[in-house]
Amino acid sequence: MEPATKTETLDIEGMTCASCAAFVEKSLSRTPGVQRAVVNFATEKATIDYLPTQASPASLKEAVISAGYGVTERAPATSATDRQAEIDRQKAQAYQKLKRRFWVALGLAALIMPLSMLMLWPAIMARINMQALNYGLLILTLPVLLYSGREFYSSAWNSFRHRAANMDTLIAVGTGAAFFYSVAATVVPGWFMRQGIMPEVYYDTTATIIVLILLGKVLEMRAKTQTSAVMKALLGLQAKTARLVRPGGEEVDIPLEQVQLGDILLVRPGEKVATDGVVEDGRSSVDEAMLTGESLPVEKKAGDAVFGATLNKTGSFRFRVTKVGADTLLAQIVKLVEDAQGSRAPIQRLADKVSAIFVPTVVVIALLTFVLWFDLAPVATRLPLALVNFVAVLIIACPCALGLATPTAIMVGTGKGAEHGVLIRNAEALEKAYQVNTVLLDKTGTITRGEPAVTDVVAPGQDASRLLQLVAAVERQSEHPLAAAVVRHAQAGSAVLLAATGFQALEGKGASATVDGQVVLIGNQRLLHEAAIPLPSELSAQAEQLLTQAKTVLYVAVDGLAVALIGVADTVRETSAAAIQRLQRQGIEVVMMTGDNPHTAAQVARQVGITRYFAEVLPRDKASKVQELQQEGRVVAMVGDGINDAPALAQADIGLAIGTGTDVALEAAGITLMRSDLQGVVTAIELSRQTIRVIRQNLFFAFIYNALGIPIAAGLLYPFFGLLLSPMLAAAAMALSSVSVLTNSLRLRAFSPSHS
Amino acid sequence: MDIPEILVTATGITLAALVVWYFFFSTRPKARAQAASGGVQAVTIMVKGGYTPETIEVECGKPVQLSFYRAEENGCSEEVLFPDFNLRRELPAYQTTLIELRPEKAGSYEFTCGMGMLRGRLIAR
Repeated sequence: MEPATKTETLDIEGMTCASCAAFVEKSLSRTPGVQRAVVNFATEKATIDYLPTQASPASLKEAVISAGYGVTERAPATSATDRQAEIDRQKAQAYQKLKRRFWVALGLAALIMPLSMLMLWPAIMARINMQALNYGLLILTLPVLLYSGREFYSSAWNSFRHRAANMDTLIAVGTGAAFFYSVAATVVPGWFMRQGIMPEVYYDTTATIIVLILLGKVLEMRAKTQTSAVMKALLGLQAKTARLVRPGGEEVDIPLEQVQLGDILLVRPGEKVATDGVVEDGRSSVDEAMLTGESLPVEKKAGDAVFGATLNKTGSFRFRVTKVGADTLLAQIVKLVEDAQGSRAPIQRLADKVSAIFVPTVVVIALLTFVLWFDLAPVATRLPLALVNFVAVLIIACPCALGLATPTAIMVGTGKGAEHGVLIRNAEALEKAYQVNTVLLDKTGTITRGEPAVTDVVAPGQDASRLLQLVAAVERQSEHPLAAAVVRHAQAGSAVLLAATGFQALEGKGASATVDGQVVLIGNQRLLHEAAIPLPSELSAQAEQLLTQAKTVLYVAVDGLAVALIGVADTVRETSAAAIQRLQRQGIEVVMMTGDNPHTAAQVARQVGITRYFAEVLPRDKASKVQELQQEGRVVAMVGDGINDAPALAQADIGLAIGTGTDVALEAAGITLMRSDLQGVVTAIELSRQTIRVIRQNLFFAFIYNALGIPIAAGLLYPFFGLLLSPMLAAAAMALSSVSVLTNSLRLRAFSPSHS
Repeated sequence: MDIPEILVTATGITLAALVVWYFFFSTRPKARAQAASGGVQAVTIMVKGGYTPETIEVECGKPVQLSFYRAEENGCSEEVLFPDFNLRRELPAYQTTLIELRPEKAGSYEFTCGMGMLRGRLIAR
């Protein structure tokens, strides 16, 4: 039996040229036990198959170093999937542990509570030694503190040494105070009696606070894992293996990490595309919804780009790998979403400032509460009242609600965006999109498809489909973009393709060929003119009309007679009018800008329901049009293709680039739309509005909760209504507050953009 | 005011003042880590209730590799944020998490925990 080989991937440092790569490769290949070593200069990675009995990662590393190069320790970023898996595993473990701690605390509290309430039955109390009962309660409470609540105390202490304070500080001080007071009352009740104070114990309070806060943490943790669910789903999209076609035609399955640039991979029906590349041969339709949000499958044929993680539907095809690893579209999307989730929203600034001073401030308020109650309450009850209110203030304060308010909503919002093909660069972009009241659209490529299509075929007295067949046969040989439009149009209609002979491309004029024994000419007016073919007045009138509609006119002559006109124009997408209407319904003014003449501009504007437009805008003036709108006091979102419109996108308050599907990290754009129609704009605006609304609710709730809760816990209502907040209720409120904020953020998961 | 009241008031106010001083005004231990010169600047940071060292000095324009070792399970420190670099990373407990960044401009860049309570500073010169 052949011994099993292992595969190791190393990141090589210091290679400056392809020959370095060859040198490293040679050095690795000569290492005992190495069966195959491939060094990729572009990705700076070496993939080595070796026998674990003879070589090890360490010996491989040594070989690289002895060749004069370095091995970079793999930064965790190189494998986001592995990193995520490890974090998930740990989180699941932590969650189990937390749950165990909660159940132990709950079980003990279930004993402590009824025992503490025995004093409600004087008949029973008369037979029980009070001090013995208190010692019993002490013994039951100790594990709640030392096992279930240990984390709070150790964390509080660790922070304290860093001169920092967090939520655990509050819990530790609060429960600690209640516990130590109770211990004193248990051990030396006589001292309390002599001061005229009942030696009451608060073991039930201590235990219940810990139970409730642990419950809050359990719920919080469960909800938190859902905030990053989209991210995990994105990472999980990646294929694990790829089917490599060796130059000899042999097919092998290899792990994704070993795929190299230039490899030919085979994709069969129902399989995932392993990485980015260009189709070499075969045809299929591919579901790209996971990357673009576009639900309809996309047709792929030779020469088309395919992307990793998309799903092949019907046919099979082979493609040449053009991008691997971190360069792929999926990796870029993941990176972009990760970046956005790590960004700070300006709206959060106040919450950040408050968070930084929150805990020490609450401790000071609690101390002052203690002092005031001690000084103002009747002598017999002042100490217990001071203590209870001191504890209540510490426990009710919840910095977590403030801290969770914004980031959780941003996490869910940006993730949700990616799901719908809307990539948000950062939290600030989201906030800007929320404020937008004017959307400026660059007509070409946004409202329209940005590529010519046949709009009119004028062939008086002719068989139009037969004519198209003839023309398509000629144009199929041509490389002109207008020719492609004609061929597409013909293919959409009749399927029978004729053969053309004697094809001739006439530079700047058109093309000619012989089809089915007939000489076919197609091109501009000059072509006919130079071939001395007269244009009948009927056709020339029609041509005039097409020209006024800003269409390009192709003239067709068969056997020396001008017989037809073909009108070609950039066409409006079917979805444009509906998307524009939805924007308008949200109170957003939609403005169009185009390089076309005012006549055409007006026509397109009317077609999609736009009332305000700029015509004859030169490319270099686009940014100044944005400025013009901004000077009217508008918050402008500019929608463009991201390449020609970069200055305008940058000038706008928020730039939305309609992605070409290749580069998602467009610098000028705050938001990149993977789908190439205006629906993405609607989604982006709706999502930003909902996300910011959730953030505002969260922040409002967190501020109000603390602003009301702390004074009430301090006993502010007591002088007026005789109301005091029990520390146990405070604990319940606090546990619920952060969970409420999280739950509110998770509501965004239900977001779905409005459709027509 | 009886004697216990005076005592409690005095102690309470003193404690409050101490809290304010300790958390806001006391001079923090300025443990500074200087990155080794040449190539990647690598610094190890211990995460336990805070960041040790809290202040890290690096040279700008060169890559920085920060190894965060999280020596606790407490949830507060489970994330580290570098808002200026759009970076949010989860730190698995008892493990080292590598974070690579490159401060292009000289300045002070704050890093915090997920909720902004633990704070550290990256100073690029």
